[in-house]
Amino acid sequence: MSATVSATLRQAAGAIPGFQLRLYIAGQTAKSVAAFANLQRICETHLAGRYSIEVVNLTKTPQLAAGDQILAIPTLVRRLPEPIRKVIGDLSNEERVLVGLDVKPVGSRVS
Amino acid sequence: MTTQQKKTDEKSNVLSKAPTGIVGLDEITAGGLPAGRPTLISGSAGCGKTMLAVEFLVRGATQFGEPGVFMMFEENAAELTANVRSLGFDLEDLVARKKIALDHVHIERSEIEETGEHDLEGLFIRLGHAIDSIGAKRVVLDTVEALFAGLPNQAILRSELRRLFRWLKDRGMTAIITGEQDGGNALTRHGLEEYVADCVIVLDQRVQEQIATRRLRVLKYRGTAHGMNEYPFLIGAHGLSVLPVTSLQLDHQASTQRFSTGIARLDEMLSGQGVFRGSSVLVSGAPGTGKSSIAAKFIEAACQRGERALYFAYEESKAQIVRNMRSIDIDLEPWIEKGLLEVHSSRPTLLGHEQHLVMMHDLVRAFSPTVVAVDPISNLFMAQEDADVKPTLMRLIDWLKKEQITAILTSLTSGGDATSEPEDSQVGVSSLMDTWLLLRNTEIAGERNRTIFVRKSRGMPHSNQVREFILSDTGIDLVDVYRGSDRVLTGSARMAQEAHERAAATLHGQDHQRKLRRLAGKRKAIEAQIAALRAELESDIAEVDFTVAEQTLQDKITHQDVNAIFQRRGGVAKGNGRTLEKQ
Repeated sequence: MSATVSATLRQAAGAIPGFQLRLYIAGQTAKSVAAFANLQRICETHLAGRYSIEVVNLTKTPQLAAGDQILAIPTLVRRLPEPIRKVIGDLSNEERVLVGLDVKPVGSRVS
Repeated sequence: MTTQQKKTDEKSNVLSKAPTGIVGLDEITAGGLPAGRPTLISGSAGCGKTMLAVEFLVRGATQFGEPGVFMMFEENAAELTANVRSLGFDLEDLVARKKIALDHVHIERSEIEETGEHDLEGLFIRLGHAIDSIGAKRVVLDTVEALFAGLPNQAILRSELRRLFRWLKDRGMTAIITGEQDGGNALTRHGLEEYVADCVIVLDQRVQEQIATRRLRVLKYRGTAHGMNEYPFLIGAHGLSVLPVTSLQLDHQASTQRFSTGIARLDEMLSGQGVFRGSSVLVSGAPGTGKSSIAAKFIEAACQRGERALYFAYEESKAQIVRNMRSIDIDLEPWIEKGLLEVHSSRPTLLGHEQHLVMMHDLVRAFSPTVVAVDPISNLFMAQEDADVKPTLMRLIDWLKKEQITAILTSLTSGGDATSEPEDSQVGVSSLMDTWLLLRNTEIAGERNRTIFVRKSRGMPHSNQVREFILSDTGIDLVDVYRGSDRVLTGSARMAQEAHERAAATLHGQDHQRKLRRLAGKRKAIEAQIAALRAELESDIAEVDFTVAEQTLQDKITHQDVNAIFQRRGGVAKGNGRTLEKQ
């Protein structure tokens, strides 16, 4: 997709249903860059091999904003698994990102 | 030089305005909303904010060549399109023709988690994209406050909204931002008025006497004079309509053409020619004085001339009117069938009087009649407080005059009989009327009778006399009332009086005849007397003549005797003879 800033990262994950994530940004702002970096780190840590990230730069493709009802920038949308969830902000708070994506943190004890 | 410069600058900086195209609103705001600036429309739920905003966009797009973006935060595009279809706006078509862009912004609070810094650039991008896609000049945000419920960080939202309004201004967008008022003192729930400072319009819906009326007020309009009052407004079949009574000018044309009221004797009372075209006629009276009948006759006369007439009935249904008028020989049905007459019946309490007014506007515009009857205006308007009534009525009448439509309005006076002054029971509407026919019931000798008189009629000589007004199965007729030295009689009292007079006249005639006859007799008697006297006189004369003749004869004889004796004696007695002759 031409809208992506970086290439879609897709780990060969076989048939396991993964996390399909889309990060909406508006140009290369500090917040966007930070959000992308934070996202990658969190995914690598907690969702290794089970995720794909698509980055949409709305300054280039503004028509895409309406589809996912994007207002805040940056917004991370978990498109799969359903239901759709959104996390807004620069994703600096890892704990809340995981809550937002409904991901069980790796290394946490199941009580 | 600087002052000079400043002055010219100010002149060129006269606030330019974006006309809304909404009937009445542009009059109040002296031209429209501030161009290139945001305007806040605030009001409680259901008072018409969205309708106003939509009409602003639609009129802008269709009439003023200014496409617009409607960004909605509550309804979705399909709902909005359906809702405004009732106003006659086809948003789908306008969207297809790229005159209007719709964008539904929806946020589900439960879906969103906030982590760290963000802004609302996405909103700007969407709005910017919509604006660019159609070259919009106008923007509506309805209701941007919904964001407060959807977004977790209020501080960011507030600063972003401030930025948004600034951004709209920088882009030269004439914008409407709607805000919900929820009973408190604040104009909007979240204080949007802080950000939008140029123009604030407050809408309001109030229920009085079970009738809801919407009102509009321009609370603030920086840099321009504007109407300060609350103006009632309506949402009709053709959009909004604000009623700025005071802004209407008295500049309608005055026709010299006159036409019949349908009642010949009534025309006669109005100097023989009826009423002026485009004038307004008030027919007032107590219940059962025949107001509707006059109105119906008026209508019938118009139809007979081949003109179109519109009859607003607020008391009877169409079928009822047709049936009832038939009883006085007015058949309205053929005219209805021919399409010359339209009877519109509705309950006065169905709508507030402003809504009635707008409905009338719509119908009159659609039907374009030359005569409009409203029967009765009292029912229509009295239900509500008087202060409101006159302006509404004034607007109606003014407008009808402007359109050169003759109006006949009936009004029920509350005073039931002749003793109360009917004029007192009016709402002061009579001053708006050109011709005022007053119907009264007079009660004499156990019966009520109808009378009519022309209380006023501008611009024409008119009768000062009271006429009796008779409704029968042959129609409406006016007859002269009996005017005695000290009273006016109607009905059977009038007839009795007339019979009485006829009898008196007959009697009088007979008396005369008798006198004549007596005189003739007297004359005959006198003549007889004269004849007798004359006969007597003649017999006297005859008597005298006889006596004289006898005497003469005797004298002659005597003389002859004397002469004979003298001759015999042989004397001469000539002189004696003469003397004797004389005796």
